[in-house]
Amino acid sequence: MLIKEILRVALTAIRANVLRSFLTTLGIIIGVSAVIAMVALGEGAQRRIEEQISKMGTNVLTIRAGQRHWGGVATGETEDLTVEDAEALRDRSGGTLSISPELSSRVQLAYLRWNSNNQVRGVWPEYFGMYNLNIEHGEMFDQGHVQGRRRVAILGSAVAEELGTTGSLLVGNKIQIRGQPFEVLGVLEEKGDAGWFRPDDEVFIPTSTAQFRVFGGRRRLSSIYAQVSSTNAMDAAFADIDRILRREHKVRPGDNADFSIRNASDLIGAFTATTQTFTMLLAGIAAISLIVGGIGIMNIMLVSVTERTREIGIRKALGATKKAILFQFLIEALVLCFMGGILGVIVGVGGAEVLSRIANWDTVVVPEAVLTALGFSAGIGLFFGIWPAQRAAKLNPIDALRYE
Amino acid sequence: MSELIIQTDGLKKYYILGSETVRALRGVNIEINSGEFVSIMGPSGSGKSTLMNLIGCLDTPTEGQYWLNGIQVSDLSDDDLARIRNQEIGFVFQTFNLLPRATALHNVELPLIYAGVGAKERRQRAKEKLELVKLGDRMDHRPPELSGGQRQRVAVARALINNPALLLADEPTGNLDSVTGEEMMAVLVDLNNSGQTIVLVTHEKDIAAYSKRQIHLHDGIVSKDFLHDKAGVQA
Repeated sequence: MLIKEILRVALTAIRANVLRSFLTTLGIIIGVSAVIAMVALGEGAQRRIEEQISKMGTNVLTIRAGQRHWGGVATGETEDLTVEDAEALRDRSGGTLSISPELSSRVQLAYLRWNSNNQVRGVWPEYFGMYNLNIEHGEMFDQGHVQGRRRVAILGSAVAEELGTTGSLLVGNKIQIRGQPFEVLGVLEEKGDAGWFRPDDEVFIPTSTAQFRVFGGRRRLSSIYAQVSSTNAMDAAFADIDRILRREHKVRPGDNADFSIRNASDLIGAFTATTQTFTMLLAGIAAISLIVGGIGIMNIMLVSVTERTREIGIRKALGATKKAILFQFLIEALVLCFMGGILGVIVGVGGAEVLSRIANWDTVVVPEAVLTALGFSAGIGLFFGIWPAQRAAKLNPIDALRYE
Repeated sequence: MSELIIQTDGLKKYYILGSETVRALRGVNIEINSGEFVSIMGPSGSGKSTLMNLIGCLDTPTEGQYWLNGIQVSDLSDDDLARIRNQEIGFVFQTFNLLPRATALHNVELPLIYAGVGAKERRQRAKEKLELVKLGDRMDHRPPELSGGQRQRVAVARALINNPALLLADEPTGNLDSVTGEEMMAVLVDLNNSGQTIVLVTHEKDIAAYSKRQIHLHDGIVSKDFLHDKAGVQA
C-alpha cells in the first residue's frame, strides 16, 4: 500500500512539472542513448571486420617474401618467393596444405571498345577453393591450363559490366589483357565487399600464364597462400611451412627467416583491439554525461525537497516515518532516472538505426549495453537521490509545517 | 469517564539560541481526562505553541514526563512518535495543511496509508468521515476548489480518520471569517458531545468559550486552570 502511495506521489510530482522533469532527465536520456549508440557503432564495426576476415578465409596462411639479412642488418633487398617454393610446399607437406602462388598487378583490360583497369591475379586452381569463390557461368581453369600457360581468364562478377556487357554473354569470348587475347572461361558468383580483397572486381588467370605472358617473365611472386584443413592444424602447418621454406632458401634453424607467414586472424586481432579501444573511449565519454545527468537529478531533487518542505511536514505530522519520506524522494529520483533511461534506450536504438541508414555505418545494438545503461541510470538515481531524500527525511516536522 | 488522556509531570522545554537559553516551558503539570474539551490560552511567547508541539508528539521535552493515553511518550524514538501521531492524535491546523494536489478523499485517507490500511477499507472509512463533516458531495474536489470552511472540515475528517484518543486543534478558526469560524466550532462541539477529547489552542476568548475548561499559560507555566460555562465565565 505504502509503495503504491509512494509511486503515486512520485508520478504526480513528476507530472506536475512535466517540463522540468523532462529537462532534468535530459542528461540521463543523452547519456544512456549515447552509450547505446556508441557501443552499437563499435560492435557494428567489429562485426564488419570479422565478417570481412572470415570471407578471406580464417584458415589461410599468407606467406610473403621478407628482407634479406646480412649480419643482423636488413639490406633492403627483398628475397624472392618463387613458384618452385610453392611447388615444394605442395609436394612436401604431405597433402595437408592446399597451396596457391599469387602474382598480381593492375593491368589494362579491353573488350570491343571498352576499357577497364583491374587487378589481375595469377593463381593456381586451388586459390578459388581457399576463398570460397564459386563459378556462376562457364567453368574453372585447371592444372592443365596452368601447365600449358594457356590464355584463359576467370572474371569477377563485376568485371563484365565494367567491360560493357554481362557475365553470361562474355563466357567463351575473348578479352584483351595487356593487349593479349584471353578466353573467358568462367565468371564468378558475386562475393561482396571484403575490405581490401575485392574478388568481384578482379581477373584470375593461371600463374604460369601471368608470369610468362603478361608480366614478362617475372619470377617473384607477390605471395603464396596455404590453406590448412582445419583451424586446429594451424600451428602444425605453420611449422611445416617454416621448415620447408627454410630448407628451400637454405636458411639455418635459428637464423632469421627471409619470409613471413601470417595468419588472417592475427590481422583480425589487431583490428578488433583498435575498434574495442575506440568503443570503450566513446562509451566512457558517454558515461560521463550520465554522471553529469545524475548531478542534474540531484540538483532538482534538492529543489523539490525545499519546495515540498511543507508537504513533508504534513506527512510527518500525520504519521509518516523517516523511512517513508526517505523512500518517497528516493523513488522519485529513481523513477525520474528510469524514465530517462527508457527514453534514452529509445533514442539510442533509434539513433543507431538512423546512423546505419543515413551515414551507412554498421551498427549492432548490444542488449548488454542497453541493460547496463538502464541499470546504470537506475544506480545513478539511487546514488544522487539518496542525499536529497535524506535531507527530506531529517526535516523536523515543526519547522517543516511552519515553512512558507 | 475519568480515564486520563493527557498527563504531564514537570514538562520543560529549553531552546538554545546562540549563547542564550530560552526557557519556553518551565515545568508544566496538566491532566486531561477522556471526553474533555480544553482550551489552552495565553499570549504569544507564553509557551502555548511549544506545549502544543509536545502534546502533539511533534517534539520531545527537555525534561519531564508525558503520558498520552497511558503511553509514556516523552522518551520514544522518532519512528515511535510518528506511529503515536498517526494512531492517537488528530491534528487540525490554522492553515489547514492539506495536500493541494490530492483530492479531499485522498487527503483524508493519508493517515491510513501510513497506518498500512488496505485501499478498499481506506476509501470506505474516508468516505464515512467526509460524510460526517457534511462533505460527502465534495470528495473528489481538490483543496483549491474548496472554501476555507470546507477545507477545515476536510482537515477535521482527516484528523478523525484513525479514531484518535485526542483531537488537537491549533487556532482552527484563525484563517476563517467569523461565520465559518462559528460553524467550525459547532462541528468541534458536536464531536465533543459525542465523546471526542479535544484540546484547542487559541488566543481568542470567544473561541475558547466553546470549550468547557481553560488552561492559561504565562511565561512557560500554568497560570490558570478552570472549568467555565458557555459564556466563558469561570464556574
